[in-house]
Amino acid sequence: MNIVVSLKQTFDTEAKIVLTGGKIDATGVNVVINPYDEFAIEEALKLKEKFGGEVTVVSVGGDKVEASIRTALAMGCDQGVLVNDPTLENVDEWAVAEILAKAVAQIPYDLILAGRIAVDDGSSQVAVRLADSLNLPSVSSILKLDIEGDKATVVREIDGGTETLELSIPAVLTAQKGLNEPRYPSMMGIMKAKKKELKVLTLADLGISAADVASKMSAPKFSLPTPRTAGKKMSGEPAEQAAELAKLLREEAKVI
Amino acid sequence: MNFGLTEEQQMVQEMARNFAEKEIAPFIEEDEENHHYRREILTKMGELGLLGWSIPEEYGGNGMGWMEGVTALYEIAKVHTSWRLAISGNCWGPAMTINEWGTPEQKEKYIPGLVSGESVGSFAITEANSGSDVGSMKTFATDKGDHFVLNGSKMWISGGHTCDIGLVYAATTEGGGAKGLSCFIVDYNNTPGIERIPIHSKVGMWPAPTSELVFENAVIPKENLLGPLNKGFQICMWMLNNTRMGCATGSAALGAACLDGAVNYANERTQFGQPIGKFQMIQQQIAEMKLEDEAAKFLVYRAAWLKENKLPSQQATSIAKVFGCNCAVHGANMAMKIYGSYGYSTEYPCGRWLRDAKQFETLEGTSNIHMGIIAGIELGYQPNR
Ligand SMILES: Cc1cc2nc3c(=O)[nH]c(=O)nc-3n(C[C@H](O)[C@H](O)[C@H](O)COP(=O)(O)OP(=O)(O)OC[C@H]3O[C@@H](n4cnc5c(N)ncnc54)[C@H](O)[C@@H]3O)c2cc1C
Repeated sequence: MNIVVSLKQTFDTEAKIVLTGGKIDATGVNVVINPYDEFAIEEALKLKEKFGGEVTVVSVGGDKVEASIRTALAMGCDQGVLVNDPTLENVDEWAVAEILAKAVAQIPYDLILAGRIAVDDGSSQVAVRLADSLNLPSVSSILKLDIEGDKATVVREIDGGTETLELSIPAVLTAQKGLNEPRYPSMMGIMKAKKKELKVLTLADLGISAADVASKMSAPKFSLPTPRTAGKKMSGEPAEQAAELAKLLREEAKVI
Repeated sequence: MNFGLTEEQQMVQEMARNFAEKEIAPFIEEDEENHHYRREILTKMGELGLLGWSIPEEYGGNGMGWMEGVTALYEIAKVHTSWRLAISGNCWGPAMTINEWGTPEQKEKYIPGLVSGESVGSFAITEANSGSDVGSMKTFATDKGDHFVLNGSKMWISGGHTCDIGLVYAATTEGGGAKGLSCFIVDYNNTPGIERIPIHSKVGMWPAPTSELVFENAVIPKENLLGPLNKGFQICMWMLNNTRMGCATGSAALGAACLDGAVNYANERTQFGQPIGKFQMIQQQIAEMKLEDEAAKFLVYRAAWLKENKLPSQQATSIAKVFGCNCAVHGANMAMKIYGSYGYSTEYPCGRWLRDAKQFETLEGTSNIHMGIIAGIELGYQPNR
């Protein structure tokens, strides 16, 4: 069973976001594999252990992303593909999905796994768009996965509960926290990763031009959340304080 | 000259940091309080290859060497000093020493288990009346033809009552001093005549077991003699030159933990209407810690580099160890001051840092002993091995 895992490199969840010239400044920020993509990697490796086959990690991004793919290879994935093109500075989700679709089409696969959301921009779009582009069924936020032949049984998270679904594979499934506990790359895995293939492709290698994947959306402006201001302290008798509080909630905070 | 880590070394660093934060950090308080040793952490370390540095792959080595080993130990010790001992006690101590001095049979029998984490290791040199003066040890192994009989006792042995396999140094020639010592591989689970007594009175290192060992007519098979008879002192010094890297790296890491803690605290705590980090005197303290932290780390990497390249490293190891332990003790002391009264509370880590830092001034050669080595080599009184 051959599996493709789509991976995004994101800021470390503890990274401090700084804006320089209106843009997010990546200088000195520690980057990691998007935590939800780690669940996807782990699930792919478990399926590989059960059914055999190969796991290919695919990503779109810059030079730094090679380190994250290498980590996935150290965890046990077999090969990596990175689409790294100078024209891909600020691409939207649609463009990334189109590029991934082209890259994935070159790889034999029975299943595509991804994280349910990227912790940086939180759009949850790429995997679903990828499914659409490849004309595959897709289920998001899965908590459990069983494969039998070409049938997948998945449990996914829904509002206030879970839902069990059956679908045929190939399909695109996105991983939710709780699906599994991702493994650490072992030292032996790190040594082996050095020798595994990491293909770096340009758009031209995929037979597409920058114009083919010109973003449909752009982010003209970023802003940081307003910093928390100091709290207010009430004084006076309890009844007075309660009245004052109600007034402030209505007039200032406008929540009641 | 290159001060950067390779891609693999960066992966080792990130992995060890994640491992320590997820597998060790959550248990720190509980295990400190209960003086509890969590063997499964060592087992996991073994499974992930964190105990297999500079060991041939045929015996389960991870294919990496000193630079990667100190990188990993640093990250682990930064989270909890006690856990540096897993690497010294299994890999740099017994496994590496057996690999250097052992017969093919000994290597095959003992190294894979120590490296995979299946066995816990230890090494026993010190006795109640023989510390720095290793040659004065009294534990004696009598040659009985097809086996040795071990009598005597050892003190302050890390992992003494929790280990499976250990190296024990003992006299084999009456009045031979340093020239009459030998090294033995002891299988603690299958050797009658050994009493293992936990020591619960340590000032720090609470989740790291330490023990007294009493040998009473313990029968040690002939084939468990490691290296030539009466070469034990040489083997011991060879081993300590490796295991001391655990102290050097662990202490540098502890200094770094103190610095990180102090920086966070100085940025968060406000007095006189501003973060205390804005006060020049706090800045002086932070700067002092940073100077030592950087220097200690680079001394560790330099000693590791010498070892990796099989160059004389004894003086560099002693320098890294003495400097590292000064950095840890000073750093812990500074951190406690910067944290103010909270630093003096057991709810903050300063007390643990200070208690754990103090070990480094004594074990695996006191600071005096290391200063003696550094000066002795510098003055040409002894070779730099
Ligand atoms: C937590 C812990 C774990 C340990 N683990 C192990 C272990 O796993 N295996 C093991 O074998 N041992 C272990 N030890 C023992 C440790 O290695 C010894 O404590 C150390 O070698 C010093 O010996 P000592 O305590 O007998 O001090 P002593 O040698 O009695 O020294 C006392 C003082 O005299 C000074 N001194 C001694 N000789 C000289 C000299 N020639 N010149 C100047 N000053 C001198 C010392 O610096 C020190 O200040 C451990 C100790 C501790 C605390």
